[in-house]
Amino acid sequence: MAASEMLGAEMVIKALVDQGVEVVFGYPGGAVLPIYDALFKQNRLRHILVRHEQGAVHAAEGYARSTGKVGAVLVTSGPGATNAVTGLTDALMDSVPLVCLTGQVPTHLIGNDAFQEADTTGITRPCTKHNYLVKDVNELAHTMHEAFYVARTGRPGPVVVDLPKDVLMATGTYREPDEQAHRRYQPQTKPDPARIAAAAELIVNARKPILYGGGGLINSGPKACKLFVELVQLTGFPCTLTLMGLGALPASDPRFLGLVGMHGTYEANLAMHDCDVMINVGARFDDRVTGKVSAFSPGSKKVHIDIDPSSINKNIRVDVPVIGDAAAALEALLAQLRARRFKPDKAHLAKWWKEIDGWKARQSLRYEKSDTVIKPQYAIERLYALTRGSKPVYITTEVGQHQMWAAQLFKFDAPMHWMTSGGLGTMGYGLPAALGVQVAHPEALVIDIAGEASILMNIQEMSTIAQYSLPVKAFIINNQYMGMVRQWQELMHGARYSESYTAALPDFVKLAEAFGAKGLRATKPEEVDDVITAMLAHDGAVIADIAVDPTENCFPMIPSGAAHNEILLGPKDKAAAPASEEGMVLV
Amino acid sequence: MALRLRPKHAAEKAGRKAAPLAAAPATSATIVKRATIAILVDNEPGVLARVVGLFSGRGYNIESLTVAEVNKRDNLSRITIVTSGTAMIIEQIKAQLSRLVPVHTVRDLTAEGPHVPRELALIKVSASGEKRIESLRLADIFRARVVDATTESFVFELTGSTEKLDSFINLMEPLGLVDVSRTGVVAISRGAERF
Ligand SMILES: Cc1cc2nc3c(=O)[nH]c(=O)nc-3n(C[C@H](O)[C@H](O)[C@H](O)COP(=O)(O)OP(=O)(O)OC[C@H]3O[C@@H](n4cnc5c(N)ncnc54)[C@H](O)[C@@H]3O)c2cc1C
Ligand SMILES: Cc1ncc(C[n+]2csc(CCOP(=O)(O)OP(=O)(O)O)c2C)c(N)n1
Ligand SMILES: [Mg+2]
Repeated sequence: MAASEMLGAEMVIKALVDQGVEVVFGYPGGAVLPIYDALFKQNRLRHILVRHEQGAVHAAEGYARSTGKVGAVLVTSGPGATNAVTGLTDALMDSVPLVCLTGQVPTHLIGNDAFQEADTTGITRPCTKHNYLVKDVNELAHTMHEAFYVARTGRPGPVVVDLPKDVLMATGTYREPDEQAHRRYQPQTKPDPARIAAAAELIVNARKPILYGGGGLINSGPKACKLFVELVQLTGFPCTLTLMGLGALPASDPRFLGLVGMHGTYEANLAMHDCDVMINVGARFDDRVTGKVSAFSPGSKKVHIDIDPSSINKNIRVDVPVIGDAAAALEALLAQLRARRFKPDKAHLAKWWKEIDGWKARQSLRYEKSDTVIKPQYAIERLYALTRGSKPVYITTEVGQHQMWAAQLFKFDAPMHWMTSGGLGTMGYGLPAALGVQVAHPEALVIDIAGEASILMNIQEMSTIAQYSLPVKAFIINNQYMGMVRQWQELMHGARYSESYTAALPDFVKLAEAFGAKGLRATKPEEVDDVITAMLAHDGAVIADIAVDPTENCFPMIPSGAAHNEILLGPKDKAAAPASEEGMVLV
Repeated sequence: MALRLRPKHAAEKAGRKAAPLAAAPATSATIVKRATIAILVDNEPGVLARVVGLFSGRGYNIESLTVAEVNKRDNLSRITIVTSGTAMIIEQIKAQLSRLVPVHTVRDLTAEGPHVPRELALIKVSASGEKRIESLRLADIFRARVVDATTESFVFELTGSTEKLDSFINLMEPLGLVDVSRTGVVAISRGAERF
């Protein structure tokens, strides 16, 4: 047999290795047994056995977003594939590059309602960037390579390769990776010079500018983030970031205005509203950011740099669209500005900054401190303060108030250290994502800032964490409520707390112990530091249960359907918040 | 093939963002226009489902859709879609189509200049006496061909613009229209250029 002749299942392993995959997150089953058999006979590829396929996908997302590599997932047919769907949708919404291999019943049984058959390509068509059903073993290797190419090229996203069992067990010819072979998918990455010149022209003449950076900077990579920082430095322009863009500009940079959007800072949102030139780099004018579209930054000229033409003019009409990779576009823009010997208009900029500083003085992230009850914000501030050690720190989150407080208060000075489910808002993302991050960065400190409701959605991954001795820390902001739901009910549904209180929560300390981890609890403010210190001192997995004020709300908040200048700054603004009828139908 | 995925007009999407359409002044943001879009795709399983799923998933309108292989050597099919929406929505539709992996080219024939849109219909009419004669006479005027005849029925084949087909079918209605089968629009640009 020639060297390139092998079983389909062996090709799968070889293709993964040839694509640079080191770890695959998976769960076995009948349809993928040939792949697990091939896995057994080799030692180049590591397999992490999760406890639920959704966990595998989130783990791969955490792995991918913290390394810049394509995450790899392996699940069986039918229920294995359907369990992966939430994770795939999450990765699609947040532009995370993944390849998910799903087993399938043998080709001759497809369509017969065979045991554990599901129409995986049909089900995953709308929640993947692309998907494939491989029907011929001789197409397998090429398809695998193309899947990786599609996942990482252009706007990244998840790709499914559905593998019928007979194809895995057939013998065929392996083909080496060849980028030239994927000519049909060639997204534009180089920006149009005329558009760059137009963008530069707007920058040069701006008086009240703002830079608005997003997840596209993280997707593009460290180089784009570095160039973005250069742009901030060269221009001295104020800069805000989306939830997905945090870390693209160091939070310590004096020009950073904090998070933008629904739970963003007062200064970031008012600067977005009042600016005359907005430069969006790799953000998608999401409704969490724009609020009421018709009232969004009404007086500004807008530049939008994005690799995906469908992101442009989708929600907000822009004046200068620049299609291309953020790094390439920023490089060209910086070159233009330097060639024009650009110097920021100091006088106008100073006036603009003065206005912004006035908004900053409102201290929109301030909260009422307490000596008797742990404020969730306090717990996160202390976590931030006490993790300023030598170890790199990676933060994942679940979804809810705790996520927003983490975004507001934890300061990121580097990209790719913040993993959160933004677009889909998937409760249960944080713990498996943390697991994936920890696998990629065994020496780092990886913390899931969690809500007690969310973490229960994938709590079974504690068992995976135990199996691989991963020192993941789960820091639960335990308010006993689905706090974000409770907050909306308080503000918009007459404080009728319908089904948002979780009775009969588990004892998280005992739960930790049951999974072989360390359990810690803080119930008073003075215990918080000790618990965090003990958590950091323990070299294994920890669940820290922080019993916080159950009724605290997350501010600032722009209610759905409201404009950027209609911000609720704190509990006292409540009365002024009859959400519009138009806003009430929004989520 | 012609199918209607959503009965409502795409205007309702625009209406979600702006004020109700009736009250708003007609601007490029609110005017709903029809567009004929030609798409060249790899002829592979699932490609039509991707395109149709995109339209239904994002709430775009399909007035008609046709597909057939046009290039055997390169294994390419051409899909012609007639859709409607505001300028912003048509632009979104094109951008969304373009990012499907098996899609090679997306062209907005309506926006790009003069083009020839054609549709073919098979129209079955059952009539006798004066009505039967009248249907034949009208068919002659419209240059419809008789492709099947029995003592009580005709099947006419008619090619032309959608409007021409509509008016012929309307005329057949009182004369004994039994059934209609239409292909949906296929279109090609005028002149020597591709597409
Ligand atoms: C409870 C909750 C509350 C939220 N509140 C807020 C909030 O207050 N503020 C907020 O900002 N978000 C908030 N979000 C998140 C929000 O839903 C969106 O996920 C987020 O705003 C989108 O971020 P983004 O615009 O940076 O785009 P992303 O989703 O990160 O998309 C990236 C964009 O960059 C483009 N891109 C990708 N690769 C490249 C490249 N190489 N070069 C150039 N462009 C590229 C993509 O095409 C895309 O348009 C919240 C989420 C939840 C769950
Ligand atoms: C899978 C899923 N189901 C439902 C929701 C809706 N939802 C958003 S936040 C939230 C409450 C989260 O509660 P918790 O994890 O305790 O976080 P908290 O808001 O209290 O910090 C819910 C139910 C969701 N985002 N994801
Ligand atoms: Mg909670």
